[in-house]
Amino acid sequence: MTKNYVIETQALSKVYHPGSEAEVVALNAVNLKIAAGEFVAIMGPSGSGKSTLMNLVGCLDKPSSGRYICDGVDVSTLDREALAKLRLSKLGFVFQGFNLLSRMDALHNVMMPLAYANRPLAERESLAQTALEAVGLGSRAKHIPGELSGGQQQRVAIARALINKPPIILADEPTGALDSKTGEEILDLFKRLKNEGHTIVLITHDAHVAEHADRVCVMRDGELHETEKAA
Amino acid sequence: MTLNDTLRTAIFALRGNWMRSALTSLGVIIGIAAVIIMVSVGQGTQSEINKLVSGLGSNRLDISSGAGNQGGIRTGAGSQWTLTDADAVAIRMQIPEVQYVAAGIRGNTQLVYAENNWSTSWQGVQPDFFDINSWKISQGESLQVQDYSGAAKSVVIGETVRLNLFGEEEAIGQSIRLGKVPFKVVGVLAAKGQGGFGQDQDDVVMVPLETARRRLSGSTARPPGAVQQIAIGVTRAEDLAYVQEEVEVLMRERHRIAPGGEDDFSVRNIAEIVATRTATTRIMSLLLGAVAGISLIVGGIGIMNIMLVSVTERIREIGLRMAVGAGPGDIQRQFLAEAMLISFGGGAIGTAIGVIGSLSVSKFSELPVQLDWQVVALAVVCSVSTGLFFGFYPARKASQLDPIEALRHQG
Repeated sequence: MTKNYVIETQALSKVYHPGSEAEVVALNAVNLKIAAGEFVAIMGPSGSGKSTLMNLVGCLDKPSSGRYICDGVDVSTLDREALAKLRLSKLGFVFQGFNLLSRMDALHNVMMPLAYANRPLAERESLAQTALEAVGLGSRAKHIPGELSGGQQQRVAIARALINKPPIILADEPTGALDSKTGEEILDLFKRLKNEGHTIVLITHDAHVAEHADRVCVMRDGELHETEKAA
Repeated sequence: MTLNDTLRTAIFALRGNWMRSALTSLGVIIGIAAVIIMVSVGQGTQSEINKLVSGLGSNRLDISSGAGNQGGIRTGAGSQWTLTDADAVAIRMQIPEVQYVAAGIRGNTQLVYAENNWSTSWQGVQPDFFDINSWKISQGESLQVQDYSGAAKSVVIGETVRLNLFGEEEAIGQSIRLGKVPFKVVGVLAAKGQGGFGQDQDDVVMVPLETARRRLSGSTARPPGAVQQIAIGVTRAEDLAYVQEEVEVLMRERHRIAPGGEDDFSVRNIAEIVATRTATTRIMSLLLGAVAGISLIVGGIGIMNIMLVSVTERIREIGLRMAVGAGPGDIQRQFLAEAMLISFGGGAIGTAIGVIGSLSVSKFSELPVQLDWQVVALAVVCSVSTGLFFGFYPARKASQLDPIEALRHQG
């Protein structure tokens, strides 16, 4: 029987500066399949190609060869505008540096993607408030990022990633800028989201962080290796 | 993203840096205010000239008696009456392109009616004179054929004269004295207002040429049929230059002036004078417009500069917006909206200043000012298109950013 994959790559490759002396094969024929509802960690040291993989999976970049089917859509044929539309509906990003807009309060930061989705203005605030409550920050809606702790800021970013109800949450070192206790809290939040049915792809170089995932893939020199986790 | 969202986002961004936004729009404010004031002054001058043209009639020639030469002492133009009625008749007969011809003499006199008196100039005219100068009659009637042929003591008076002599009283049919000679007022000329050189065109009275000769032109012995000037109306304005040459040739022949000899008459082409003035004004308007346009360009460059700075400062924001699903078009529209809001805001304030400025210029200076709503519309269009034009490149640049690079950007 065929599983319902939200991420499916077929011999996905990325080569920088092809044909020149500085040619770098960042990604070499990666086949990655992630089913809906999975919590997958992609690990690897810096330079292993995991960022490149994340950019491709996140529809921020286009592969040199191979195919990527994101929730049933073949990405390789899309132009920039269509890729943006795809990110809007299929992907939620969580970054190491939070990337909140410093002049907007938490609520407006969370609301921001709704404008690009053309949701009616009247709905947005309540949607954003609900999302903030889901990450435990309902009472902090009117605070700007500067008034929030790192962990709180990352929760706002997670609420923002969830706001358009994307099938995939892509988290790039989400605990990298946090102390270990706060990091654990964020990872617990991801686990909760997973249990609520979200698909989560976590990119990290930290084995302790990767442990929280159901499945860990390791990138090494541009190649992907599955490591089945002991049950 | 809807237009509403784009504008809200742009306004939010501009408010975050409101001082910078205000200073940037200052360039546009100055440019637009300059455009409005300059164009208003230019148009005012232009319409003044147009008034002058329509007052004079654009397809006319004037022949005046030339400079005299008495025993080597040259007297001023018109001091000798070298033209005659017969010259006028010859022009009419021999140059078919001529539509109207009127010989005339003029002078000054004191008018008296009851207790009122008024000093003015008189003109002794032939019938065509009224057509050539587009004089209309507002009350009574014009001079009639029998007035001309019988040298009747009938007079048509200008509006200024009527006001000064009669005020509220009925003028038609009254008897007034020109110097010592009693005349009957048969008509009042429709007011023409100020002439091109600021003189009051309505301060005049007109009598038949023959009457003027016999009763008004003084005792000085003149050659029979002598006149000071002949006014000519040409059927088609295009023929003006050609008719002018024809007239000069004909007059030289009639006055027996040897080739190379000095003319005893001069032909003035009023259209030429008007054309020169129009050209001068047009050049002035162009120069003023160019100055205003340059200041608008400088303002636009200011916008472009600030928008480029803004794009660089907000690279991470752009990257983030792209990551959450903003397409290149969304980003481009957002930055275009910011540039256009700066320039439109500047344009609105500049328009207000320009309108107030134009009104002050017309109030506190001699310059003629004509403020049209078209000018204001032009200014608004200019300001918005300045934003559009100078905002395009920075916005395009922002939209072409690579989201990965932008997200990774430090700073």
